[in-house]
Amino acid sequence: MDQYILNLIFVGGSFALYIGIAIWARAGSTSDFYAASRGVNPVVNGAATAADWMSAASFISMAGLIAAVGYGNSTFLMGWTGGYVLLAMLLAPYLRKFGRFTVPDFIGDRFYSQTARLVAVISLLIISITYVIGQMTGAAVAFSRFLEVDSTTGLFIASGVVFCYAVLGGMKGITYTQLAQYVVLIIAYTIPAVFISLQLTGNPLPPLGLWSTHTETGQPLLTTLNQVLMDLGFNDYTGNHGSTFNMVLFTMSLMVGTAGLPHVIIRFFTVPRVADARTSAGWALVFIALLYTVAPAVGAMARLNIITTLWPQGIEGEPLAFDAKPDWMLNWERTGLLRFEDKNGDGLIQYYNEARPPARAAEEGWAGNEMVLFNNDILVLANPEIAQLPGWVIGLIAAGGLAAALSTAAGLLLAISSAVSHDLLKKMIAPNISEKSELLAARISMAFAIALATWLGLNPPGFAAQVVALAFGLAAASLFPAIMMGIFSKKMNSTGAIVGMLVGLLSTVLYIFTYLGWFFVPGTNMLPNTPDNWLFGISPLSFGSVGAVLNFIAAYITLSMTKEAPAEIQELVESIRVPKGAGAAVDH
Amino acid sequence: MSDKSTDAYWKANVRVITICMVIWALVSFGFGIVLRPLLAGIPIGGTDLGFWFAQQGSILTFIVLIFYYRSYMNKLDQEFGVEE
Repeated sequence: MDQYILNLIFVGGSFALYIGIAIWARAGSTSDFYAASRGVNPVVNGAATAADWMSAASFISMAGLIAAVGYGNSTFLMGWTGGYVLLAMLLAPYLRKFGRFTVPDFIGDRFYSQTARLVAVISLLIISITYVIGQMTGAAVAFSRFLEVDSTTGLFIASGVVFCYAVLGGMKGITYTQLAQYVVLIIAYTIPAVFISLQLTGNPLPPLGLWSTHTETGQPLLTTLNQVLMDLGFNDYTGNHGSTFNMVLFTMSLMVGTAGLPHVIIRFFTVPRVADARTSAGWALVFIALLYTVAPAVGAMARLNIITTLWPQGIEGEPLAFDAKPDWMLNWERTGLLRFEDKNGDGLIQYYNEARPPARAAEEGWAGNEMVLFNNDILVLANPEIAQLPGWVIGLIAAGGLAAALSTAAGLLLAISSAVSHDLLKKMIAPNISEKSELLAARISMAFAIALATWLGLNPPGFAAQVVALAFGLAAASLFPAIMMGIFSKKMNSTGAIVGMLVGLLSTVLYIFTYLGWFFVPGTNMLPNTPDNWLFGISPLSFGSVGAVLNFIAAYITLSMTKEAPAEIQELVESIRVPKGAGAAVDH
Repeated sequence: MSDKSTDAYWKANVRVITICMVIWALVSFGFGIVLRPLLAGIPIGGTDLGFWFAQQGSILTFIVLIFYYRSYMNKLDQEFGVEE
């Protein structure tokens, strides 16, 4: 069957499934819309959280990022999973006990202050809106490659589908579509990986294949990979070639940032009991680990596969000829994400590191590396084609990439719309609004959020990667410390929390803009973005954890100079700390 | 529930969290990054144990930690009579 038809069947089929679920799980009340009436099974919530969390970045980009650098990018693997330990122990159970609908709702009530609520709303909006841009552009890439529509049409289709189930179903609809999306994305990710692991090592389990013997060379896969990379003048795969200090800080920022992301936190409001919130966090990490233990295997194996494709007779032999390029290269060259250039005009592709060329480069007249562009995002999407897998696997990858992007987009859109309709409207502007009007307002703000996300997807600010760093940095530096102090420090007062959040927020924004430009506009940075200009050698991408520390310090200094939180608030904190009585919080 | 037993419950909770956090930091920041040179002598699949902790080991440890914490707290909730 034609590949295009296969892609259409898989993508269309999965979309029909999501819309079907949306019609079945319509939201009838604000409790349905914001928190699925707190009736979600903890294991189901774990899978929904996994889909909510694993975005286009996890599905499409992560393995490529690991493949490109090797050991140094293990930061993503540890950072994007370690946050769940923080969630399970420091935040989720107590927030569930508190029984509100949104993150600013907790911060506003716990710190008995509308200012605190407003600062939290602003942080949430910056974090979630920047994060949603990446999802929409991810969806557009998948559409333009697999359905051969231009990315604008692709974006409109994606927005239309999200509109259907998010506006109709709210959290209830999103929960069950995320469950379906998890199943689609994990199957799509695993199947090609199993085939590749079998081809290279004979081991059907990719997480174990990574440590197995490479069938062709008879030595461990990673040893072979290290050898061919070094023969071509690249850094070895398993060695540490960056700054250990920044690796620690960046991992910490990703962990704390993950725990502070509002669209992840609100998923824990949907389970019936406090104990379920703990269980749910564990299951979420199990479901995430199914992809995250496969990703490093995909990264290493695909990197080796690409090198053997370009050097079919080994590194010592003749490289691939331009007119012998496999179909997948031609397909991806059309998207502009892959580019070759015959610099020495010999009709052969020399792929190597120009900075440390192998000895034969000079003898044979190589004029530079001829794979001039290989976008990291190609790796996972082209994986089935690189491994020469059947057409239906390619269709599956298309559906999986879209599931990852759309499930995260829906979670973000809900976080945005509930902050607007619940925190800004109901809690600040119009407290007397009826439940029916609030539900309508929630739906309208959701529709606006989708329109905004689509617009941002059509006109992506050309700095999507940096923007995601900003989202994590702000979640780590503003929301996480405020929530944690709200639970673990009974005496923390409103002034302390507000000063802390502002210090965390502003220091992180300033530090990032100093090196990456004001609002990321190129050329407006005040200092060049190089390690010797960084304050104490801290990379702007790693600053979130430093901002979090500044937040804590500022809050405690302020607390020491002001009156501690009033007695009734301290009693409230005591009650958050024990699970008993969480059921009652459902009806409020 | 009296204030005294609330305090004892919370202290026990903070203690188990502290222990889990120490292990959490040890496997990721420790074995995976800073202490990796110490594990360089232990080979696994063409590389060393530190690389394994950085790419898979810490994730598996995180899962064990969360489920350990969950069952510990479920027992603690019952002991103090604060379960739902």
